[in-house]
Amino acid sequence: MPSACIGSWWEPEVRRRTFLGAGASVAIAGSLAGCAKRGAAGEWRFFTSSEARTVDAVCENLIPADRDPGAKSAGVAHYIDIQLARAFRKHRQAYRQGLAQIDSMSRAQCGAAFVDLPAARQTDILRALEQNSRPFFQLILAHTWQGFYGDPRHGGNRNRASWKMVGLPYPPIRGRQHYEGA
Amino acid sequence: MPKHANAVIVGAGAGGGVVAKELAAAGLSVVLLERGKWYSAADCRKDDLCNQRTSVLGAKFGPDDERNPRVLVDEHGRESIVNPSDGAYGNNAACVGGGTFSYGAQAWRYMEKDFRMRSTYGAVAGSTLEDWPISYDDLEPFYEKAEWELGVSGDDSGNIFKAPRRKPLPMPPLPPGKEHAILEPAAHRLGLHPFHIPMLRNSVPYNGRRSCMRCRWCVGFACEISARNGTHNTVIPAALATGNCELRSECMTREILLDDSGKAIGVAYYDRDNRLQVQTADLVVVSAGAVESARLLLNSKHRVFPNGLGNRYDWVGRNLQGHSYTGANGIFDFDTFDDIGPGASIAICDYNHGNSGLAGGGMLANEFIRLPIHYVTSLPPWVPRWGIEQKEFVRQYYKRTVVVFGPVQEMPVYDARVQVDPKVKDAWGIPVARLSGGRHPHTLEIARFLGAKAETWLKEAGATRTWLRVPGPGLSGGQHQAGTCRMGHDPQTSVVNRDCRIHDVENVFVIDASVHVTNGGFNPVLTILANAYRASTNLLRALKGTKVTA
Repeated sequence: MPSACIGSWWEPEVRRRTFLGAGASVAIAGSLAGCAKRGAAGEWRFFTSSEARTVDAVCENLIPADRDPGAKSAGVAHYIDIQLARAFRKHRQAYRQGLAQIDSMSRAQCGAAFVDLPAARQTDILRALEQNSRPFFQLILAHTWQGFYGDPRHGGNRNRASWKMVGLPYPPIRGRQHYEGA
Repeated sequence: MPKHANAVIVGAGAGGGVVAKELAAAGLSVVLLERGKWYSAADCRKDDLCNQRTSVLGAKFGPDDERNPRVLVDEHGRESIVNPSDGAYGNNAACVGGGTFSYGAQAWRYMEKDFRMRSTYGAVAGSTLEDWPISYDDLEPFYEKAEWELGVSGDDSGNIFKAPRRKPLPMPPLPPGKEHAILEPAAHRLGLHPFHIPMLRNSVPYNGRRSCMRCRWCVGFACEISARNGTHNTVIPAALATGNCELRSECMTREILLDDSGKAIGVAYYDRDNRLQVQTADLVVVSAGAVESARLLLNSKHRVFPNGLGNRYDWVGRNLQGHSYTGANGIFDFDTFDDIGPGASIAICDYNHGNSGLAGGGMLANEFIRLPIHYVTSLPPWVPRWGIEQKEFVRQYYKRTVVVFGPVQEMPVYDARVQVDPKVKDAWGIPVARLSGGRHPHTLEIARFLGAKAETWLKEAGATRTWLRVPGPGLSGGQHQAGTCRMGHDPQTSVVNRDCRIHDVENVFVIDASVHVTNGGFNPVLTILANAYRASTNLLRALKGTKVTA
């Protein structure tokens, strides 16, 4: 099924084009990165642009950039957004409420929206969230791990950021060449 | 209405696949019903978020979330509806081949004492621990048959604890990987007896299929070159090749139909277009897995069996068990990762039995290769669950971690059970399984013991730090689900007799892990396969009027 929406990076070009449709093929041809960006129009499927900024900031706290990319540049928010339109439909309400709660906590405790807080304050807010709203915190943490460490075909782990970080060798299907042409 | 058959089998997994082949080869007409799809090696997607092990985006090989809910009752009595991709569902795959299509394929024979747990250890308070009505010797020829027909590689010659075998395994082990090389000398230094895990996996070409290409995408995934042996690529094709077996996939069985006297006349099922069909048959074989087999019997109500077929004494669905996986992770100051699959290769059976004060134990082995998504969900307790320290730990230790794990044999619990829910129905309108109960405290005691042994092994192998991973008290089951239609001599305390026939019904059999009285300290599949060969042999002998002996 083309459902995953993002062709895996080792899958044939044909497959990706099939999904993306003829109209998109120009922009995409040969470009894996193209697949992992959130669509030509830059629209989010579920999040409002404000929510998306909050998710980006939350996830970046959970897996920050250092010498390797963090959650934001790995497209974790994009992964979550895609799945909220698919396998995570049942979590939509949790995200809508949870993200609103993060902002209201931020405003109440620090007088600004979460995304506008300095990093240290953001971490404080998330620690409080972890204590007080454990189910939502656990949810977004699990989704962040999936979006960062999981297969790029689902919209996260852009450019195989985490797989490169841990040094997983290329190609991912060791042994396949052994049988090619066999 | 479909043509009458000699036998209708519900479920094309480990048990049903073998029965289909044995009956069809003997000339019986067989209809094999499977609720899931018929996948092939070409359906291998190697998707680390959508497979049978990590199902956060769905259980790739079924059942699907949309149509197959269950009700789970937790230890506080709270009910919730769970879907197959939820961990609490206790899922096993629903597809042709069942769990064998995507499993890790460890191919263990249980030990002699595993069939005599009650005689060996006595009664355990709060447990229905009991002996099997058959012995290892009864099963031995059929273990051998399973090993040779499906194909097992490995070398258990170093296992001094194993029960006697007449023939060696048909294939040598895969060459050992790095973890094996690290763990083997350490085990010897500790006085343990390591050996190569038996696997339903081709180490050399076998049965016309190729040898393992040793990728890192093994347990939970389809094998893209079909080098891993399940019923889907061995006995089921053999059954179909006889011309006597018809496989109908995507067919959901609703109930077993009985005549006025309580004898089965066939089954009612929904075909792939959701039309209700009746398949009449002389014999009905239930091989749907421990949860779904019990559910089917309980949903087959009749004047003679108002509480469900075979459930006169309220034993159907009881004693749901699986394995309490326990062990330890260890980190090293050198690379242990070699990216050579399947990873799991070395085991010890030193702690399956003979542990002071404990009623059993379990095998220990190194774990299958971990993908990054697996790794991040099993970090040590001293590492923060998020933030830069966690990321740094993953980066530093992903390739420097070894896991030693094993399936603790569980103490069966009467109240760990499958019922049918009075309210919730699936997409076909069939009452769903309702799961409740938990693990026996002694099971967890054994788990802590075994986990500590895993830590000792890892430390001897050079781990700089280790951490325990032991199960919680919640309900067991899952991919190793067993026990819900116990085999026994006494109709008042078991569901089927030693031939796997329901005590008071002459033509309904349960042939899968449901009949396991206890579940060994090992992956159960080879025992399911062997018992299916044995039960089929006895069934065929009985049909011919020959005395049943095996």
